[in-house]
Amino acid sequence: MTTTAEPTALEFGKARTRKEDARLITGRTRFTDSITPTGTVFLHVVRSPIAHATITGIDKSAAEASPGVFGVYTAADLGAEGIGLPHVWPLTPNEKAPQRPLLAIDTVHFAGEGIAVVLARSAAEARDAADLVEADYEPLAPVLDMEAAVADGADLVHPSLETNVSDVWVFDAGAAGTGGDVDEAITAAEADPDSVVVRRRFRQQRLIPAFMEPRSAVVDPTGEQIVMYSATQVPHVLRTMTTATLGIPESKLRVIAPDVGGGFGGKLSVTPEELLCVVVAQKLGKPVKWTETRSESLLAAHHGRDQIQDITITAKKDGTVTGLDVRLLADMGAYLELVGPGVPVLGAFMFNAIYKIPAYKFTCTTVLTTKTPTGAYRGAGRPEATFAIERIMDELAVELGRDPLELRKQNWITHEEFPFTTVVGLTYDSGNYEQATDKAVELFDYAGLRREQEERRRNGDKVQLGIGISTFTEMCGLAPSRVLGSLGYGAGGWEAASVRMLATGKVEVVTGASGHGQGHETAFSQIVADQLGVPFEDVEILHGDTQISPKGLDTYGSRSLVVGGIAIVKATEKVVAKAKKIAAHMLEASEEDIEFNAGQFTVRGTGQGKAIQEIAWAAFTGHDYPADMEPSLDSDAVYDPENFSYPHGTHLAAIEVDTETGHVDLRHYVCVDDIGTVVNPLIAEGQVHGGLAQGIAQALFEEANYDEQGTLVNGTFVDYTLPSAADLPSFTTATVETPATSNPLGVKGVGEAGTIASTPAIVNGVIDAIRHLGVREVEMPCTSQRVWRAIQDAQGKATRETPIDTHSPGAGLGSIDPNNPQGEVQ
Amino acid sequence: MAQVRVTVDGVNYADDVEPRMLLVQYLRERLGKTGTLIGCDTSNCGACTVSLNGQSVKSCSVLAVQADGTEVTTIEGLARDGQLHPVQSAFNECHGLQCGYCTPGMIMAAVDLLGDNPDPDEHEVREGIEGNLCRCTGYQNIVRSVQRAAQLMKPGASVPTETPAPVAGGN
Amino acid sequence: MIPSQFDYVKPASVDEAVQALVQAGEDAKILAGGQSLLPVLRLRLAAPSVVIDLGGIPELRTISDDGDRIAIGAMAPHHDVLRDDLVKQHVALLAQATSTVADPQVRHRGTLGGALAHADPAGDLGAVALALEAEFVIAGTSGTRTVTAADFFVDYFTTAIGEGEILTQVRFPKYTGWTSHYEKFNRTAQAWSMCAVAAALRIDGGTIAEARIGLTNMGTTPIRATGVEQALVGQSATADAVRAAAEHATEGTAAPSDADAAADYREHLARVLTGRAVLAAAG
Repeated sequence: MTTTAEPTALEFGKARTRKEDARLITGRTRFTDSITPTGTVFLHVVRSPIAHATITGIDKSAAEASPGVFGVYTAADLGAEGIGLPHVWPLTPNEKAPQRPLLAIDTVHFAGEGIAVVLARSAAEARDAADLVEADYEPLAPVLDMEAAVADGADLVHPSLETNVSDVWVFDAGAAGTGGDVDEAITAAEADPDSVVVRRRFRQQRLIPAFMEPRSAVVDPTGEQIVMYSATQVPHVLRTMTTATLGIPESKLRVIAPDVGGGFGGKLSVTPEELLCVVVAQKLGKPVKWTETRSESLLAAHHGRDQIQDITITAKKDGTVTGLDVRLLADMGAYLELVGPGVPVLGAFMFNAIYKIPAYKFTCTTVLTTKTPTGAYRGAGRPEATFAIERIMDELAVELGRDPLELRKQNWITHEEFPFTTVVGLTYDSGNYEQATDKAVELFDYAGLRREQEERRRNGDKVQLGIGISTFTEMCGLAPSRVLGSLGYGAGGWEAASVRMLATGKVEVVTGASGHGQGHETAFSQIVADQLGVPFEDVEILHGDTQISPKGLDTYGSRSLVVGGIAIVKATEKVVAKAKKIAAHMLEASEEDIEFNAGQFTVRGTGQGKAIQEIAWAAFTGHDYPADMEPSLDSDAVYDPENFSYPHGTHLAAIEVDTETGHVDLRHYVCVDDIGTVVNPLIAEGQVHGGLAQGIAQALFEEANYDEQGTLVNGTFVDYTLPSAADLPSFTTATVETPATSNPLGVKGVGEAGTIASTPAIVNGVIDAIRHLGVREVEMPCTSQRVWRAIQDAQGKATRETPIDTHSPGAGLGSIDPNNPQGEVQ
Repeated sequence: MAQVRVTVDGVNYADDVEPRMLLVQYLRERLGKTGTLIGCDTSNCGACTVSLNGQSVKSCSVLAVQADGTEVTTIEGLARDGQLHPVQSAFNECHGLQCGYCTPGMIMAAVDLLGDNPDPDEHEVREGIEGNLCRCTGYQNIVRSVQRAAQLMKPGASVPTETPAPVAGGN
Repeated sequence: MIPSQFDYVKPASVDEAVQALVQAGEDAKILAGGQSLLPVLRLRLAAPSVVIDLGGIPELRTISDDGDRIAIGAMAPHHDVLRDDLVKQHVALLAQATSTVADPQVRHRGTLGGALAHADPAGDLGAVALALEAEFVIAGTSGTRTVTAADFFVDYFTTAIGEGEILTQVRFPKYTGWTSHYEKFNRTAQAWSMCAVAAALRIDGGTIAEARIGLTNMGTTPIRATGVEQALVGQSATADAVRAAAEHATEGTAAPSDADAAADYREHLARVLTGRAVLAAAG
């Protein structure tokens, strides 16, 4: 029998360093591309370079004859023409959903879509042969602009659908009975001299999730179960959807997400490549491996954001907001991704944000174009909503001549008003916007920076200062299954956990939340250590393998802790309940007299007790246990939350704009977040930092663009400009705490907060710095050229924008001229 | 085929390779050094950074044959005698990693940086690791890690790390 | 990610290298540091039949004092150039500009000669070599010849290096006692220069006696801003005088337009950055 060190202080709230680091810092890792079973055949996807075209012929003969090649297959060769990739979030019964084939059949619908696969002995030979596949195309008109795509007479992406509008989804608070009619509010405001109506159009540029680990899949069909390793954030969803799609019994597929190098929503998908690996592995009876290059990833992995937002807000001249109307065009790309249309719709409930807005309507039109499909990207719908409301609150403040922070304060839900049911019918359980804002204002020195701003304006300084504000909330912990059902989502939002008490008192915890860098192992171990009173080191977290963790709904939407963590708590409670019975039996006491504290079961009022490890041993030996139970402490739980959680915070950015060059410098960033109680402040802070970097990158750096032919022009990391360490400052982060009342830990979730909040803070700051020069809007990303041009335009200095040659040297690929690759290179 | 003789993490190898084979492929596919990772195809991300004759290089931008006659250290060879390199310890201590994919390259770049500049300020750290992209951390804790490692590496510095992570075994 | 097949040759001398190049014909590529070539090969934007690696010729890496010039071997890595005492003392502008090239890993491998022979107009070192009137030593079957910087840069990715020729050395006149600054402007730290200005000044008694100004990414080659140079000479380096001179920065340029910067914006940047570079150089 083993008893281990006494647990001391509570683990909850402790800034533990991560247990998963030991492998990651030594290179003892197991990412999918590092797994190569003997006899592996390598798959390379031949992709269309053209956005929209009829395939008139594919000549495979040279490729087939190339050394080491096992085969070159089109969809027809694989008998896969009838297989359509899963799409699980239809918005309405009227949704027009083009079936996405594994490989384009007669027509390609976006540049990067696969048309054939090459299978060869090595990745190099597969690549060599792919160059020899000759495909002929008859080009069709690309459909690139959303407004043009929805206009009458538009070229169609999928002519059989007779429209490029996939769906229109409306939430009308007036009709739903959760608030007033916004059309009436607008009409009234227009007629009222004491009201204002502010209309703005914002553009959410297309982004690329750009996880650091390129996607990869290895499928080994040689055992009784087909084993698929995949760089996915959703192994459970992948298993269910792969088997449902391909007609394989679910019991015949095991999916393993080994070490996964980031996802950010970009690996929340079921991809053609994963399914192709399964199909081809079955055909060849050999393990098949596919690993994408970065350029393939940027081209073909799903993109994010890409919306046009038309926002109308109405308010009394005293500042009271009276209505908000939101009309979105959301670019779905060429096909509907797994959760594609659900992304903008998740935002529907967040445009009203932290404010008491009496009348509200949201209309989202999902549009098909000949571009890479869009799907989840960190925040998914909520960053877009937060951006729009926080930008337009600044615009409203300008219109009314108010301090933007004061205007927000006037309209937000005060802390005495919680729980508060919003205009969309969600009930915010807890929060304290005043507290977070007061702390942020103090850390930021808001008043001092406003004075400095005034001074710089007065002096006409070359470098102007702007202050950007974002007071945000988000809905996290996706999600109550019933709510997801009402929104048309094809699955639930519960999460599963199992706790296994091993004979020696060590603990294995199985979770369905599939972490990929967030620190689940550490945070979950801390929770379990406290719940069971065992040392942190004695807890092992198992996940990411459907054979070990057969039940789960994976990691996205800031749900791992808020849903998965609570499932673990529920399972540990069952363990303790069982252990208590055995303890009572062993101590010959009544169960009601047993107290459990810090791993010890004691008889109330006596010194008599048993450690949980002793009870685990007793359950293992099975020599003596109560007659009315099984000799086991192991317990399962499935937790389905009743409500979302609502983290919030106040983010403030001090932005310097060089008015001569347009260069934007983020001088100082302060954020105070209320993420409920905090399990591990070190991990939570890291999540905020990373989230901020991604949100700031949307505001300042990143953009996926297509040229007139529909070719992605940001096809490498040279052109898709992720910020490096030299492009970002250190952030000042802090937390305040109003525990969530919707779960026993009081946690709210932190994975997306930084991303959701930061983008509008930055853009508001950029515009605030140059608004006195007449600038009203700068589109994202706020590059130096855009900022400079906005200043020139505002001052009536019309600039001559010369046509862009996207292939000019210095513009692109390592500044390599793709038109002249044979140029001098030394 | 071309011949390459190279010492990697203290072991001598002699192999025939295709001239087109990149050093990173050689390390991963021929030597099983899968701790070194590939994140891009334009040498922007730095995930594949290793030390070549004592200097950090992106092993995706070096041919295996170019490494002939050299000594290569990868992330797997950094710890000595079961002791983590101070940069490795500091990344753990300061939460300088999340998904861990950029980490091998980031650590190798940091080791090189500290070799050149044993006491870098924040700006120098940020410039020194600008060839390595991270999508998870926002870099702040990486910068802290590098500066912490600089402290740990100062001559005579005691190394009071909280929980020295084991090099092998463990979680 | 994986280049096309090629043969690999690693000559031990410049003569051998020239021989190999002549033998291989125009389908060969010279491999210097490889920091531009390897990404090109990996993306299969080029597929040479032979790659000739100059890494086996140690004398191409030396940096030496050659009387009135500093002679830098074409294969001297950026990392060596930027911290070389001779370079820092006599060609400080080159040292500073080199420190802005790419990142530390790339500077360990990338070479001065490779960067200049690549002749990317967005590369940082061409403007420096042009402004400082460097000489390029080129070896061929009939021996070596020397080309001035003004003649070296011909077009996008095109130099005076002929078929069967190899750049072996770049010789910079000494600018001992000059002050200088390289002002670089890019979208992110990793990005190539959107526009950059190399400035070197000889200031005598508070007056600019001589000026050398080169522009990066303002045309198909690096560009010498002679108009600015002439306007600066005889002036004291006041903000107003410098700004007035910088107005000449766009003379003779043919700025490219790309997604980051259309030509008019680049021209504006060239003027602003020229002013800043000169003022920074003047201290």
